[in-house]
Amino acid sequence: MEILMAFLIGILFMAATYLMLSKSLLRIIIGTGLLSHGAHLLILTMGGLKRGAPPLLGEHAATYVDPLPQALILTAIVISFGVTSFFLVLAYRAYQELGTDNMDRLRGKEGHE
Amino acid sequence: MSFLHLAVLSPLLLAIIIPFIHTYFKNIHTGWFLLPLPAVLFVYFLKFIGTTGSGGTVMETMPWISSLGIDFTLKVDGLGLLFALLITGIGALVVLYSIYYLNPNKEKLNTFYVFLLLFMGAMLGVVLSDNLIVLYAFWELTSFSSFLLIGFWNQRERSRYGAQKSMLITVFGGLAMLGGILMLSIITGTFSISETIQMSSQVKNHPLFTMTLILFLLGAFTKSAQFPFHIWLPDAMEAPTPVSAYLHSATMVKAGIYLVARMTPVFADSATWVWLVTGAGVITLFWGSFSAVKQTDLKAILAFSTVSQLGMIMSLLGAGAAALHYGTINDGYYLVAVTAAVFHLINHATFKGSLFMVTGIIDHETGTRDIRKLGGLMNFMPITFTLAIIGTFSMAGIPPFNGFLSKEMFFTGMLRLAEMDSFHMDTWGLLFPIIAWTASVFTFIYSMMYVFKTFTGKHHPEKLKKKPHEAPIGMLISPIILASLVILFGIFPNLLSDTILSPAMEAIMPSLLENGDGFNVHISFWHGPTLELLMTFAVITIGIVLYKFLPKWAGIYRLFPDRLALNHLYDRGLKAIHLVAKKITKSYMTGFIRSYLVYIFSFFILILTFTLLYKNAFAFDVSNTAPVHIMEIVLMLIIAVSSITILFAKSRLTSIILLGAVGYTVALFFVIFRAPDLALTQLVIETVSVALFLLAFYHLPKIRPEERIRFKAANALISIGVGAVVTMIALSAHSNKMFRSISEFYVENTYKKAGGENMVNVILVDFRGFDTMFEITVLGIAALGIFAMIKLRLTRGKDLDENK
Repeated sequence: MEILMAFLIGILFMAATYLMLSKSLLRIIIGTGLLSHGAHLLILTMGGLKRGAPPLLGEHAATYVDPLPQALILTAIVISFGVTSFFLVLAYRAYQELGTDNMDRLRGKEGHE
Repeated sequence: MSFLHLAVLSPLLLAIIIPFIHTYFKNIHTGWFLLPLPAVLFVYFLKFIGTTGSGGTVMETMPWISSLGIDFTLKVDGLGLLFALLITGIGALVVLYSIYYLNPNKEKLNTFYVFLLLFMGAMLGVVLSDNLIVLYAFWELTSFSSFLLIGFWNQRERSRYGAQKSMLITVFGGLAMLGGILMLSIITGTFSISETIQMSSQVKNHPLFTMTLILFLLGAFTKSAQFPFHIWLPDAMEAPTPVSAYLHSATMVKAGIYLVARMTPVFADSATWVWLVTGAGVITLFWGSFSAVKQTDLKAILAFSTVSQLGMIMSLLGAGAAALHYGTINDGYYLVAVTAAVFHLINHATFKGSLFMVTGIIDHETGTRDIRKLGGLMNFMPITFTLAIIGTFSMAGIPPFNGFLSKEMFFTGMLRLAEMDSFHMDTWGLLFPIIAWTASVFTFIYSMMYVFKTFTGKHHPEKLKKKPHEAPIGMLISPIILASLVILFGIFPNLLSDTILSPAMEAIMPSLLENGDGFNVHISFWHGPTLELLMTFAVITIGIVLYKFLPKWAGIYRLFPDRLALNHLYDRGLKAIHLVAKKITKSYMTGFIRSYLVYIFSFFILILTFTLLYKNAFAFDVSNTAPVHIMEIVLMLIIAVSSITILFAKSRLTSIILLGAVGYTVALFFVIFRAPDLALTQLVIETVSVALFLLAFYHLPKIRPEERIRFKAANALISIGVGAVVTMIALSAHSNKMFRSISEFYVENTYKKAGGENMVNVILVDFRGFDTMFEITVLGIAALGIFAMIKLRLTRGKDLDENK
């Protein structure tokens, strides 16, 4: 399972990178979204998969899965949501004001820093 | 913190208050508030003469960064005291002079005096620090304050040019010196100058010796304007004249001389030192005096003259180092050069200081400094004329002024150096007295030019901006004091010998003395008919002849069309550096965000692959894996297929929906991997995100056809690289379990310590509560940012309306 997950994460990162290298601002934002999914799964996989009960003491199990990665991911999900929504509004406003989401055209000109 | 520390820092402290004084006492010239400080400090330092005169030193330490061996240690010995007296004494006279020179209604007095105080404090720090790092810090501070003062009239292009030039050259030297300091501390293990001197034999036999020596000399030569670094000093003359008199003739440019003198006990017993210091000094001496003759600006004459005189002092210090080589006092045979160096240091400060002030007076009262326009001022300015005569005759080495005495001793020093039987002096040594003599002839010529072209000859009132008249008495006091000293030291040189000269020499050459011993310095006028006297006579006769026929041979200056070759080199070099730097920066700072991302990702791939291979960390281990269910394979395929499809999606809507699909599938994975909290959160967030995406983008009008997204091989290559590296890391992380997880702590203590049953929640709100707090902060910042962006539209819109 872990081996397969490793390849899946690789695919997610690859797609995210490709998207982030494109010109369209929207594709860049989607790329960051994919990147965070990949990162979350990577953290979870690193901690080992399916080795025990969910980390709830009420389960009264002998072993639980590692709770620490889960806590980290929970934080990461919320943060990535914050970043994504900020990006989105930024792109939306840029699109409205400037009429494009093409990064090359959004680039500042010389002397207009 | 001792009183000595306070004395050194007091100019810096006063600099803080000066702007307020300037604001509150607008009607009084700010200089008057400044004047007492250097005067009081001068008297304070005079008191040390008793201590240093009897061979003692005063040392005060204030701990600063003791763990690194950097303490604010001050040491007053003969050499430091000599400089401290020069700094405060000339400082007081210059401040007095500046009160009449600078018009309070036109000049920014507060900035001027703040810079001047900054310099005064820094310079005192340089000459009194016993710690090399502290010395370096003050050293750079003098460069900065010099930069600020040269550029004081910053509306002038030449001032800015001169300021930048002096800064670049002196800071370059300072940096080299810092390298030397660090090397020296590697050799000795200490930053203390006193301790370093104790270990001089250890330094001498170290392989880094020559390198360290050269780096120190680079610092000294740039600061003291030695050839070929002298080019900054003539351009520094753009500063107000009091600054030129103070920094660029009497004190700051002598910091390099100070450094050479201070380091003499450490480095001087080597042929490299003697040749470099004496050689650079003599070349500078000649080149400076030779160049001075062709100048037409009074200040430029003095600038090149200063360069030349600094070279002379430098060469004397180099020649005196020969005394260390023989290790005995030798009846002061070689030591006479050191005496001459210290003596001339004082003499130069007195006559050159008064000459600068005279130049300032001429400039002030006639409106020009061009000797082609000046002439016949003798009748209008008799006092100034007298002062100029005293200053220039002393500079030319004519008795009975102090310059004559030091020039005689200079010849003696050079002649004796040539007789030395080691360091290859027997072959090339004769060059030194010859060059020294030639340079003295030129010194004589420009001294005569300075005084006679300005004060005698025909008066041209039509060429002057103002009607010349004698300067106000306030402006004359300082040069009169200095000129009196020129005569006083000329007639009674031995006033200085036991009080100042001998203690300073003890500090330069401590190893020559037994305990309690002192140098026996006696300077006399008449040595009998010696070679030196003959040389002086020859200088005067040939000088007069050459001065008379100056127009006949001035053509030789046109033989050097590249006479400013060094300046051209500097200018061209500076321009080239600008262009190349701009080109390099432009080549990678494209302004396209994509380029920057490419750099980041490429670096990511390279550095991680390298580390994986170098540390031998890559591992592939299929054992100990969790079982795979068919449903999981299906989910994986969904993620893989949707994320790859996004790459080729043509419309925004498709991309957004596919991203949503990936997100929800990840939530399902969280369910499978026993992470209920994550699954819940992911579901909520994903829903909101997709809604936001649609809100933001679906309703926007399509103002252009979607640009066709072309497949880019380079991007694909980088992406595949990133994916592959991440996969390798994930595999290695699974296969290398090197230590046990710290999670067991949380499993055990969740209930015991926090009273909760959901481990993830307890970790978030309790064990790692700060993380969560900052996470909320991030969300808050994002929310504020979004709010601001939406608000921005409203105000922008309103502006547009108003503009219409």
